[in-house]
Amino acid sequence: MMQLAVRDEPLLNVDNLVVEYGLGNKTVHAVSGVSLQVARGETLGLVGESGCGKSTLGRAVLQLRRAKSGRVLFDGEDLTAMEGEALRKMRRRVQLIFQDPIASLNPRRRIGDIVAEPLIIAGVKDATERKRRVHEVLGAVGLDPDLVAGRLPHEFSGGQCQRICIARSLVLNPEFIVCDEPVSALDVSIRAQILNLLEEMKARFGLTLLFIAHDLAVVKAVSDRVAVMYLGRLCEVGPSEQLFAKPAHPYTGLLLQAIPVPDPDVRPAESVATGEPPSPIAPPSGCRFRTRCPRADQRCSAEIPELREVAPGQFAACHYPLA
Amino acid sequence: MSAPLLTIEDVAVELPTPRGNLRAVDHVDLSLEAGRTLGIVGESGCGKTMLSRAVLQLLPKKAKLTGRVMFDGEDLVRLDAERLRHLRGRDLAVVFQDPMTSLNPVLTIGTQLMETIQEHLELDAPAARKRSIELLAAVGIPAPEQRLAQYPHQCSGGMRQRIAIAIALSCEPKLLIADEPTTALDVTIQAQILDLLAREQRRRHMAMIIITHDLGVVAGRADEVAVMYAGRVVERAPTQALFKRMHMPYTEALLAAIPKLETAPHTPLPAISGRPPDPTRPLKGCSFAPRCRYAAGRCHEAKPELKGAEMPGHLYACFHPIQMAEEVGA
Repeated sequence: MMQLAVRDEPLLNVDNLVVEYGLGNKTVHAVSGVSLQVARGETLGLVGESGCGKSTLGRAVLQLRRAKSGRVLFDGEDLTAMEGEALRKMRRRVQLIFQDPIASLNPRRRIGDIVAEPLIIAGVKDATERKRRVHEVLGAVGLDPDLVAGRLPHEFSGGQCQRICIARSLVLNPEFIVCDEPVSALDVSIRAQILNLLEEMKARFGLTLLFIAHDLAVVKAVSDRVAVMYLGRLCEVGPSEQLFAKPAHPYTGLLLQAIPVPDPDVRPAESVATGEPPSPIAPPSGCRFRTRCPRADQRCSAEIPELREVAPGQFAACHYPLA
Repeated sequence: MSAPLLTIEDVAVELPTPRGNLRAVDHVDLSLEAGRTLGIVGESGCGKTMLSRAVLQLLPKKAKLTGRVMFDGEDLVRLDAERLRHLRGRDLAVVFQDPMTSLNPVLTIGTQLMETIQEHLELDAPAARKRSIELLAAVGIPAPEQRLAQYPHQCSGGMRQRIAIAIALSCEPKLLIADEPTTALDVTIQAQILDLLAREQRRRHMAMIIITHDLGVVAGRADEVAVMYAGRVVERAPTQALFKRMHMPYTEALLAAIPKLETAPHTPLPAISGRPPDPTRPLKGCSFAPRCRYAAGRCHEAKPELKGAEMPGHLYACFHPIQMAEEVGA
């Protein structure tokens, strides 16, 4: 189902994607039939708790993890059907930024070489051209290229390392970047810097982003639309303002209630959440959220709720959506 | 007013590093009464964890500690190992950030709970077992009897943190230190754990210190908040006063930098430029001055003392405080 208001061809169209992991003789149902679209120039936020499959989905989009079934159409071409050289060529247009900026930089290599690596892999043979590009992106992320290019990752703080990772992701002029929890490992004061930088880079380089995070406020700050995931399935997707103001899925409502608000006048809601997410090895039948949902009844265990439009552009997979 | 249960007096902690001495805690004074909650807020490296380790006397061997930590009439800094061992786990309990590593992976949950109870409360095994089951039930663990025979890896992160809390509460401590107790947990589980801590605190009339980097965690749950920056307490106030009328520019900047749910998407965040100073190279002036938008000449020359504002109990360390009475009136 198309979730975009604009009926143009989306840049990314994930269609009924299923990703599973083997675990001994068991199967982890990480992503179980997720469909979503991202329009060109849009930021889609993807939220959910640990283990909900959001990172797996991000990796499956980039074909770092192959899907069991379903399609990933990027600019009209099915990435799941691509292999070898074709996939490598396509990967220049899609990049990934990871959560831990320090761990994602090779500690023994100099910053200039780390950022130039994608260019070498992409076959840019001209060293002067490579140097020019590296300087350009390091400057763009707010670092002084002459000062940092010759240094090693350990000489930089977490926030600076994330700037370097962002520079590396930009060096091939990609169209689409998957940001997987890019600010979760950073302190509050640095987090705001990096979020602002991502917004700036998006505008400057005309990027489309899939922004994965567990923090709803962080996701809202940068996203045009937000998709909420629970135990391998989408619960709800819709325009950010609308989804936060009027959540339709009980799980979205619960997530919003659980956020601690930095205001002493807002009394924390007494134990809003009931229980913990079940295991993705044996997910509940029907609606996967039903075991924690105050609204669940027999229909929820018998029948998988489909994503339905509950308000213009807002879709929820719930038999009993919030009013 | 009753005498405080805990008084931290002029505590400083220095750690030797290859780059020189690192002043992790820089002359901190704090106090806490029974039944009250103190939130200590700050970013990584601000010294909040080292300060809690100083209270618990669990500092690295090479660390140099000066000052006094008066707990229930005794100076913990000068106690012998035997007496400390008696206090820790019994009157002084702690819950750490990572419930994966704070529990022993090769011992059952029952063994770990009963060990503490038998050590401190001198109960026999059946009585300790009974008490363990009660404790697990109290922290919201379903089927507590079965859990006793399980190992930590068989429990989720939230369950493990509940078990760590049960162990901490097992001897009815007078003071519970929770060091980032929910940072490793998901937001829905975080709410449950914070509720649990608040409920048990009220029930037991414990004093509690919550250490966190998240102002949201302390906002609705602490009576008083101390904000730390570069090893020092830079502002301290009753929670309401701190959030309503902060005087320290760092507190203001920290609160402003948090993305808010009510803000429209794509609104640029008021970020704090730069980063905290190198703790091995202390600054002559105010540690926050290089990042502060109010800083003037004097701020780079001298350290502002922590001093009282017009409200009793509200202290700040700044030469150019914000939201002072005269400004509000003007």
